[in-house]
Amino acid sequence: MKQTPSRRTPAERQRVLALTPRERLEARWAELALAADYRCVRGPETGMAMVRGRMGGTGNAFNLGEMTLSRASVALDDDEAMGHGWVAGRDHRHAELIALVDACAQRPDWAARIDVELIDPLAASLAEGREAASRTAAATRVDFFTLVRGE
Amino acid sequence: MYVAVKGGEQAIANAHRWLADRRRGERDRPELSVDQIAGQLNLAVDRVMAEASLYDPELAALALKQASGDLVEAVFLLRAYRTTLPRLAETVPVDTDAMRVERRISATYKDIPGGQVLGPTYDYTHRLLDFMQLAEGETPEPARAEQALEACPQILELLDDEGLVEREVDDGAAPYDITRDPPDFPVDRATRLQMLARGDEGYLLALGYSTQRGYGRNHPFAGEIRIGAVEVEIVVEEREAPVCLGEITLSECQMINQFGGSREAAPQFTRGYGLAFGRNERKGMAMALVDRALRAEELGEPVQGPAQQAEFVLAHADSVEASGFVSHLKLPHYVDFQSELELLRRLRRDHVARHESAPSAPAETPAEEPQA
Repeated sequence: MKQTPSRRTPAERQRVLALTPRERLEARWAELALAADYRCVRGPETGMAMVRGRMGGTGNAFNLGEMTLSRASVALDDDEAMGHGWVAGRDHRHAELIALVDACAQRPDWAARIDVELIDPLAASLAEGREAASRTAAATRVDFFTLVRGE
Repeated sequence: MYVAVKGGEQAIANAHRWLADRRRGERDRPELSVDQIAGQLNLAVDRVMAEASLYDPELAALALKQASGDLVEAVFLLRAYRTTLPRLAETVPVDTDAMRVERRISATYKDIPGGQVLGPTYDYTHRLLDFMQLAEGETPEPARAEQALEACPQILELLDDEGLVEREVDDGAAPYDITRDPPDFPVDRATRLQMLARGDEGYLLALGYSTQRGYGRNHPFAGEIRIGAVEVEIVVEEREAPVCLGEITLSECQMINQFGGSREAAPQFTRGYGLAFGRNERKGMAMALVDRALRAEELGEPVQGPAQQAEFVLAHADSVEASGFVSHLKLPHYVDFQSELELLRRLRRDHVARHESAPSAPAETPAEEPQA
């Protein structure tokens, strides 16, 4: 099999997977049918992250409040590759899946498939959802008809 | 002598059982699900998250269900749950400039890059009860424009090339965290913002309103209000770059207020800032008003209104603390009250004794003030 270099960084995969609803990730991951036996070496566990804001949006940081956060680390049984996952909320399975994908993506032969068959389509549906939301917002944009336009 | 009194276990158990029944309502009606609360009472959910200071819509909806819709009780439940979780990380400060806005308006500049975007607002509704809501009707899908929104940059950063508005610049200071160390007055602005962000909306609204009515007047304009989703990132050992956890919805208010300035600095508009979890526009606006009012001392303004008095404002803003201390009055105070009764009886005996001997003698020293 020809080895395609991995096009996405672990942080990029993490981002797409964390922004994807868990059910969609689970379904897509199952379609890949990568047989990876693994065990959890940390978690999955839930805790909190302190969310920080900035005064005026650009100034000094301040503590806004906390959010729930789950994380997991897994190791593949075959080659002991470690994977890590973090996700907002309390869904342990979601964190575990992200960690599992991260571990599997360390195998060059799997990385390309993961990027092309999992991350790319999920990134596309994410972008699609965001586009739709943005168009919904755009429909509420005010058109000032008293505005003088052109010359 | 102190005698401990026990009792009431059965009464308490039965009271809670009755409460559960009351919460459930009529058994022939469908039970409300946490999903429905999160989906259809989402503004209540957002308020609970903001004031509990914990972003988790499902838990906030659960708290609302458990509290039968009592917002202050729900805030208390979620705040209490918060104490059971470990702190795993601090986030990179959220970049509200990169927010995926669903609403973004300015009351100070009409023509702004990205435009005035109303979003799903109650503004401009007529506040007439909609009796259609009593019937189960179809709700149409929202309208969609052909094109997505253009970029909506932060207006105050963009449209002020004359330097008329105070700039907010990061000097890298690490923020104080009231969840780790209790606030020690006087407190800095980062601490004030953290306390205001979890403050009771009604309380902050009243204080913000008071500044508009003249108690610490600072003439505000809503420079920009934006609501939408921001991505949240944390720094972890396992990665070089920060990792994205997901998105949260925030409401941000940039208030522009009347001038500060000194012999050295030219007059400038000053600013107040509000940021809140969820769709919490009123809270964000109230927070920005109170934030600005609390900057009075820093900006060399006379402290005249209640909203400008930091310790008073901040020490009473938290509904969990406030309702806790008020509610504790319901707990048995039988012994305290007994001692007050004893004291009062003694004072009255002394009073009678003084009056019986009074007609000839001049007034003696007044009775001592009762000690609490």
